[in-house]
Amino acid sequence: MLNNYVPILVLFVLAFGFAGFSVGAATFTGPRRYNRAKYDAYECGIEPTPQPMGGGRFPVKFYLTAMLFIVFDIEIIFLYPWAVAFSQLKLFGLVEMALFIGTVFIAYAYVWRRGGLEWD
Amino acid sequence: MPTDIQAPEILYGPLSPMLIVFAAACIGVLVEALAPAARRRGIQVVLAVGGLLAALVAIIVQRGARTLTAGDAIAVDGPTLFIQGVLVVLGVLSILLLAERGLDGSGGAVVARASTTPGSREDMRLADSDAMQSEVFPLAMFSLGGMMLFPASNNLLLMFVALETLSFPLYLMAGLARRRRLLSQEAAVKYFLLGAFASAFFIYGVALLYGYAGSVDAGKIFDATGDVGSNDVLLYLGLAMLAVGLLFKIGAVPFQAWTPDVYQGSPTPVTALMAACTKIAAFGAVLRVFYVAVGRDQWDWRPMMWAIAILTMVVGAILAVTQTDVKRMLAYSSVAHTGFILIGVIAVSKAGLSGTLFYLATYGFTTMAAFAIVTLVRDSSGEATHLAQWTGLGRRSPLVAGVFAFLLFAFAGIPLTSGFMAKFAVFQAGTAGGAGVLVVVGVVASAVTAFFYARVVVLMFFNEPAADGPTVAIPSALTATTIALGLAVTIVLGVYPQPMLDLADQAALFIR
Repeated sequence: MLNNYVPILVLFVLAFGFAGFSVGAATFTGPRRYNRAKYDAYECGIEPTPQPMGGGRFPVKFYLTAMLFIVFDIEIIFLYPWAVAFSQLKLFGLVEMALFIGTVFIAYAYVWRRGGLEWD
Repeated sequence: MPTDIQAPEILYGPLSPMLIVFAAACIGVLVEALAPAARRRGIQVVLAVGGLLAALVAIIVQRGARTLTAGDAIAVDGPTLFIQGVLVVLGVLSILLLAERGLDGSGGAVVARASTTPGSREDMRLADSDAMQSEVFPLAMFSLGGMMLFPASNNLLLMFVALETLSFPLYLMAGLARRRRLLSQEAAVKYFLLGAFASAFFIYGVALLYGYAGSVDAGKIFDATGDVGSNDVLLYLGLAMLAVGLLFKIGAVPFQAWTPDVYQGSPTPVTALMAACTKIAAFGAVLRVFYVAVGRDQWDWRPMMWAIAILTMVVGAILAVTQTDVKRMLAYSSVAHTGFILIGVIAVSKAGLSGTLFYLATYGFTTMAAFAIVTLVRDSSGEATHLAQWTGLGRRSPLVAGVFAFLLFAFAGIPLTSGFMAKFAVFQAGTAGGAGVLVVVGVVASAVTAFFYARVVVLMFFNEPAADGPTVAIPSALTATTIALGLAVTIVLGVYPQPMLDLADQAALFIR
């Protein structure tokens, strides 16, 4: 019974091994050029500290774009298997998919009307 | 080439209550997109209340439905319909609380514009305006839809989807308080992080149970528990991890850490929704998992649940004694109540199931009314939730303090309140089901809870009010309806509980 789980164990060993190898290899072979950016908590993105008065403001445009991307990404993920099985699901599948796309477009309509698609 | 794919049979009638609520939520999003800003709030309230009432009608029409549908993924049976009915009525009450705006001349408990920086000049200006983030209504509807699906899911993957559907809007709504916004946002982040952690346990448990039974269907898992020679380690590990996710949502010890912070920080109407509806829905899912999927293995999971029930009752009751904030006290009291309700779950009998359903209904209405009262007691900075500020409230506003005292007695389980009948029902089922020790612990814990409820009553009625104490706002019809209905149900189910007990009894049969 548990023999079925040997491949999973092997996968774990491979995964940990690869992680260990990558970190080790980077430590030994990577160049060490320390500068100000290197010492930041993140090398890119928002400066976490010090915050300006009142918590500060930061642009959320990229986050909005990312969330929108996920909404439509999910739609596509769902559309492909549906397209493959379309001939078997027939009208039922078509109606269900129309309903699904309809609900996704509700989210789209909300973002569009509330200014989520304007960059400035 | 794909092999044969069968479109599942879908019975739209039994699904109609959930479909109506989800449709109303989707239309709510469209209203946010298309309606002019000034009219959104009014449209949203009518739409949400109308949708929930339509769902209630659909539930009444479908009251005889006992069926599996959508490829056996959804079970519409007695417990499902009972819980959905209670959820829909409580949902209407919480929408009414969210819509209240007459308490301090501002736009209500929900933030005017969530994107403003807390404490900024714009935030100060908007706090006293009558604007509100009216997205909260569709969010509440999505959450309620998820809650209705949660106890109906006969398939663990669907149960996970329902769990996330009810949780995500709650995480958001927890951060939308109009005042003390940083506290509210802190609550939202805590709730989200801990909730995501619990969800991860849940889904890993589902994976292990799939490894055990070869299916995520509750019925198939039940069949697999009857087979000799299957790998029980997977079953126990999977069930334990599944239980972590579920016990987190009902707020059982040791997964209760989020409860006081989140209850305190959230806008009070949202706290009411969380305390009443989420708990009911999550208990529905707990019942479905433990009665349907692993009902045959009760001798294996009962010791675990015994320990959790005892811990929950004792820790909830004792920590509630030390609280100095009304909302935190109610949070710990809800933890203790979770322990009492778990006695009904552990009984694993028809009486245990009907007692649990009855307890959930009574607890929901009492909780809703209690949090509605909390929204009324205010000072210049919003709600006055510190217990010291409630000193002498009975002198100043005898009616509100009297109603709150009555609700506290119901929580404590004093006879002639619904709380007494509910405790009696689950304790009786527990005794009959061989959980006598649990019942003894339950009675002792009830006595401890009665102590701190009585302390609040003494504080309100037998102490002089402070000169600069809070005032009691006059509620509009919205909050008044919520309090009146919650109070009425608490009284009626205490004096004449038989019809509701019969209803719970008729509903108390799961299908597989």
